[in-house]
Amino acid sequence: MIDIYTRRRITNRLGLIVSVLAMAFGLFWLGWILFTLLNHGLPALTSTVFTQMTPPPGSDGGLLNAIVGTLMMTIVGTLIGTPIGILAGTYLAEFGQRGWLAPVTRFINDILLSAPSIVIGLFVYEVYVVHIRHFSGWAGALALAIIVIPIVIRTTENMLRLIPNTLREASAALGAPQWKTVNFVTLRAARAGIITGIMLAIARISGETAPLLFTALNNQFWNADMENPMANLPVVIFQFAMSPYEDWQRLAWAGALLITFSVLTLNILARILFRQSASNH
Amino acid sequence: MNSTMNIVNPKVTVRNLNFYYGNFLALKDINMEIAEKMVTAFIGPSGCGKSTLLRTFNRMYQLYPQQKATGQIILDGDNILDPKQDLNRLHAKVGMVFQKPTPFPMSIYDNIAFGVKLYESLSGSEMDERVEWALKKAALWGEVKDKLKQSGTGLSGGQQQRLCIARAIAVKPEVLLLDEPTSALDPISTAHIEKLIDELKVDFTIAIVTHNMQQAARVSDYTAYMYLGDLVEFSDTSTIFTNPSKKETEDYITGRFG
Repeated sequence: MIDIYTRRRITNRLGLIVSVLAMAFGLFWLGWILFTLLNHGLPALTSTVFTQMTPPPGSDGGLLNAIVGTLMMTIVGTLIGTPIGILAGTYLAEFGQRGWLAPVTRFINDILLSAPSIVIGLFVYEVYVVHIRHFSGWAGALALAIIVIPIVIRTTENMLRLIPNTLREASAALGAPQWKTVNFVTLRAARAGIITGIMLAIARISGETAPLLFTALNNQFWNADMENPMANLPVVIFQFAMSPYEDWQRLAWAGALLITFSVLTLNILARILFRQSASNH
Repeated sequence: MNSTMNIVNPKVTVRNLNFYYGNFLALKDINMEIAEKMVTAFIGPSGCGKSTLLRTFNRMYQLYPQQKATGQIILDGDNILDPKQDLNRLHAKVGMVFQKPTPFPMSIYDNIAFGVKLYESLSGSEMDERVEWALKKAALWGEVKDKLKQSGTGLSGGQQQRLCIARAIAVKPEVLLLDEPTSALDPISTAHIEKLIDELKVDFTIAIVTHNMQQAARVSDYTAYMYLGDLVEFSDTSTIFTNPSKKETEDYITGRFG
């Protein structure tokens, strides 16, 4: 008969082995993805990638128009989505204790949060693109904004809920009306967490393909006018990677590498920022 | 059940106060008075309702929809439980300091100025004077006068708590509510704050909730012993600690229970 302590040690060891294996399995694919990306992307990442437009097959070119298009649509999408997200998240966390509006909003927001992005693309296509009768950068930014909103709502609400109630009470006890408490005390205390959420939202939308496929589509030429169809990295990658032309495929690898590492950098920055603010409390 | 005693100069009078968390009756028909410019301590085991009682004096419970109070609390002749009571005016008159230090995420200077700006529009130099006055009253000025622009959250726990006291008195309230103000602090910071309470009672009426009976004995003039929502005994502090009239009070004071 094994005594109870030996049995616990064995169970502990078994649990540890299973968790390490699971972790290794997950990391293995991530490592493989990064390795493949670097392997194919690095040789393709020449200076012309940043200086020339997407080429017709068989000629030299780069990704400049796609990079600029992605940057513009990401920035505009974030600028539209972030204020709405912060305001709605603040409502849910600070003002929505009474009544039915907040729980219903939270439920719908959760659905929106997990909605497939292609559905959002189709939605913007149906309500906007169909009416103006052409693809446009604005439509792309709009679709991205709709993806940003639920992410920012969720993180804003969660971060505000982490602020201890005593801080709200302290402000109320001084006689501050609720809007002042929210503006100057709780939102400020949750600032780092909210910014982290925004950065994660940016990271998420900068790699989205499906919502842009139906909205901004693509553009072979230099274009900084959001009224026109707009080139962007995800759709260019999609199109070029599927093509039979080798130089297009190389550019697709370069674009994939660019997106992956910008997203990775944003994620790491967000983590550092959040950790720093967490150690301040 | 309540032991009532007559206080010569009451600042706050509590009459038939009942308090509910939802359907739970947390305070049962409390009647008492709080003497002006004196320190009144509330003691009793956890869950006895002492913090709940303190939080009715500035209607802090109002933030939570499930909580309500019935009866009367009369401050300077006005029933503050009256729904018509202007909460801003009440909060200007009744300041509060909490168990855990609650510095706002802003500079030390702005922590103090935040409350003052709610009621008065002072010029820059007047505000400087008010901040200095409050920090001196709270015995913190010497330690922070060179770093007023730094964040209030960077101070030590004891300093943060004195900052909160400074913030509360900067609006020049008449009553100061202290909810276990030293329970998160080390003995030296506690001694600082107890000394401070002694000095502050010259200007303010103070009500303090404490888990520490020695602290109640040291700082207060009157002491209320509460148990399970009842005010069991209320008397001047020396009577409560040397010659309590109720057996329950004596058992708690002597550590036989609680």
